[in-house]
Amino acid sequence: MTDKYDAIVVGAGHNGMVCSALLAKAGKKVLVLEANDQVGGAAVTREFADGYSVSACAHLLYQLQPEVRKELKLSPQMASEDMTTIALAEDGNHLRIHGDNVEGATESDAEQYRRFRKRMTRFSDLLRKYFNKTPPRLGSKAFTDLLTLGQLGLDVRMLGKEEMQEFLRLIGMNIHDEVTERFEHPLLRGAISLDAVLGTHLGPRSPNTIMTYLYRQAGDHGRTATPSGGMGSISEELGHVARGAGATIRTGMPVKRIIIENGRATGVETESGERFNSFTVISNADPKRTMMQLVGAKHIETGFTKRIHHLRAKGNAAKLHLALDGLPTIAGFSRKDYAERIVIASDEHYVERAFNPAKYGESSPLPVLEITFPSFRDTSLAPTGKHVMSAVVQYAPYERKGGWNEAAKTEFMQAIMQTLANYMPDIEQRVTASELLTPADIESEFHISGGHWHHGELTLDQFLFVRPVNGAAQYRMPIDGVYLCGAGAHPGGGISGAAGRNAARAILNREKAA
Amino acid sequence: MNARAPVHQGRLKSPFYPRLEQLDFVNEWHEWKGYSSADSLYCEEMEYFAIRNSTAVFDLTPMTKYLIKGPDALDYLNRLVTRDMAKIRPGRVAYAVWCDDQGHVIDDGTIFHLREGEYRLCSQERHFAHLLASAIGFDVTITHETEDVAALAVQGPTSFSVLDSMGLDGLDQLKPFGLMHFDFQGVELMVSRTGFTADLGYELWIDPRKAIELWDALFDAGKLHGIRAIGTHALEQARIEAGFLAAYMEFLPADETIRTGRSRSPLELGLDWLVDFKKPNFNGRRALAEEKRSGSTWRLVKLDIEGNKPAHNSYIYSNAKAKGGEIGFITSATWSPVCKQNIALGTVRVPHGQPDSNVWVEIYYQREMHWNRMMAKATVVDKPFWWPARRGATPPGPY
Repeated sequence: MTDKYDAIVVGAGHNGMVCSALLAKAGKKVLVLEANDQVGGAAVTREFADGYSVSACAHLLYQLQPEVRKELKLSPQMASEDMTTIALAEDGNHLRIHGDNVEGATESDAEQYRRFRKRMTRFSDLLRKYFNKTPPRLGSKAFTDLLTLGQLGLDVRMLGKEEMQEFLRLIGMNIHDEVTERFEHPLLRGAISLDAVLGTHLGPRSPNTIMTYLYRQAGDHGRTATPSGGMGSISEELGHVARGAGATIRTGMPVKRIIIENGRATGVETESGERFNSFTVISNADPKRTMMQLVGAKHIETGFTKRIHHLRAKGNAAKLHLALDGLPTIAGFSRKDYAERIVIASDEHYVERAFNPAKYGESSPLPVLEITFPSFRDTSLAPTGKHVMSAVVQYAPYERKGGWNEAAKTEFMQAIMQTLANYMPDIEQRVTASELLTPADIESEFHISGGHWHHGELTLDQFLFVRPVNGAAQYRMPIDGVYLCGAGAHPGGGISGAAGRNAARAILNREKAA
Repeated sequence: MNARAPVHQGRLKSPFYPRLEQLDFVNEWHEWKGYSSADSLYCEEMEYFAIRNSTAVFDLTPMTKYLIKGPDALDYLNRLVTRDMAKIRPGRVAYAVWCDDQGHVIDDGTIFHLREGEYRLCSQERHFAHLLASAIGFDVTITHETEDVAALAVQGPTSFSVLDSMGLDGLDQLKPFGLMHFDFQGVELMVSRTGFTADLGYELWIDPRKAIELWDALFDAGKLHGIRAIGTHALEQARIEAGFLAAYMEFLPADETIRTGRSRSPLELGLDWLVDFKKPNFNGRRALAEEKRSGSTWRLVKLDIEGNKPAHNSYIYSNAKAKGGEIGFITSATWSPVCKQNIALGTVRVPHGQPDSNVWVEIYYQREMHWNRMMAKATVVDKPFWWPARRGATPPGPY
């Protein structure tokens, strides 16, 4: 028998560390077991070529919750903050979006954009409020559930009659209809469409893509930033804070199973056969991995197993890393533009067309991209005078027909390079090394089922009260002592720390009530 | 050849149909899960008395059957049903009930442990979707084999003598809820000491291609033991006397129920003895543990009612004046010829329906077009109405 812990956290992703830091601060004896050799999960900085480092999965920070920053006294150093989004045009007449302002479009578009932003901000602020709360249980008669539910109803009503109607009208709608009604400039329509579908298996015409747009805005009004030293620096700081608060974090310790005895969690067993005991096991892994692999169907009930089994969690975003011997030429770019967030989405149809093949298990021949050159402001990431490019590329369906073999990756890589070459004619000559991570790679390297950013599609049927599934939205799984604290739980993915913080609070509150 | 066999439409006929047809004088049939099943073949009363006084043969083929096997078969069944299947050794049969996550009964049935790790689950209703959903995460195969197995219930005091004279050696040692395999004209015949009548009785399971041969051998052997084919009406009477439950009568399958509160938990059906809380997990365990702690809403009652008018569909009251409103209703009722009692099964709200307590049932009956209403006093009884010693005697007596 080894030591007994108050809580064991499976996985040192950013949420796992937020959760463990808060529990440790509350005086709990916490052990965190991470499969990989570095902490951070999908928020890590890795060297992908000699001398070139990059945020290996998540690359932009836009959702880290102020509550998390404050409670853990985080003060991450930023290389870029409040970045401008530049929607690339082949002829160099790019569109620049910053805050509520859009530059390069007509005055009417700019005015429409301000109005659009005003409304979206109001709605996303409402959403953000509920990011940091445990969703109420539906049908429950408990006071806290009724209170939160009542509050939500009241908050929606307090938008005012018209705005409430708009909110309820828009929340299930697709972004395509909204951007085509409002805007003329194709790049503006394309850029907003892209924001709505990044990291999802959805196209601009898919239902509830306004909700996913709001989700992205809800973090920090859509403001994006890159941390100095890449996303790994956030994780390192979180690890430092968690350890400082007394948590033990052990890396290179993949957990094989959560031990269930007499219907409750009693600890975990690692791949190497070591056993650690605790009556509280908190999983930062995705819901499917947690319930189907770590716990096992034998210990859960049929209805719940079925819901977890059917959870939609198939990633469609690939990650591209290029080592460059110099910045590529982009028509119409000034030098400082390379510090910004650059998107390739010529209009809403371009994004939808990129999505079309993904529905049938094929990657996009003309993909959409979200690009940054993080080395531009952060010289630590590349040798002097050299650069790295980090891009999210869609669509690369997890379940690619024929699988993600080398030939498939080469084919997709060619499609990406050709697309890039339309805007950066000399890109091919600049590349000295590259790395492409498909959802299949993301699954195996970061241990995320389906390689999905959010551990489960962000759609209304897997959101809020029913995230990840009905009957498990309160971080507590229907087996005593097992909790979720990752992106699969409410509110979802992105480097926000909200799920980890909410889970810690739910666990501490439960203890208080007991 | 492009010609396709025509897709069968309409009701299926059991492999025993040619023989049933020969014995059928009243032509009263109903549909049971796609099959034609006889209500009665010549006379309900005579058929009923075959169950209680000689040997009755009932065609069980339409009974839903699933074959469950694979390395995880035991774990799978243990999660599926509320009782501990580890205790059911090969060659044994278990009556079992299975629930949804809310602890409400989906159906009851029998599970035959045919051989090490190989099980057959039988029930009145079909459950393939639920069984497959329950198989997620388990290494098991589930085969729907209703059409692949022909089955007969052979029930009644002389049933052992019939089967014995058919040459089934060693059957005398078979205990209730046991099963044995025999050779019958080169195919395997499985015989289980099970039934739906609470009398001495067996069930026979065989390849449908040998169904007619089995029937003929059985009726040959039974000639001097009063063997008779029966329909469901007679069986239903015996079922109520035994106090057994029937789906859509005593409970609605939970996965078919829409309205909240219309399904029942095993605790509400008097099946506490089937719920093994020592098992760390089974479907509905959490909900049932909570129900056990906080109390059930309903209770199944067996009622011995005064008079001789069956209390079909009656409301149940706590007093003769019907003060306080109804407390429940009758789910199955019959006159029991063998007990000479007016009996019924019903469901009442807790705390009503304690054993030996009295309730009143409101019986409506018609005399020459006009309706009469009476409030009949009923006693809640604890034991089955009919449960003769011969049911359990091993070896069974030669009647």
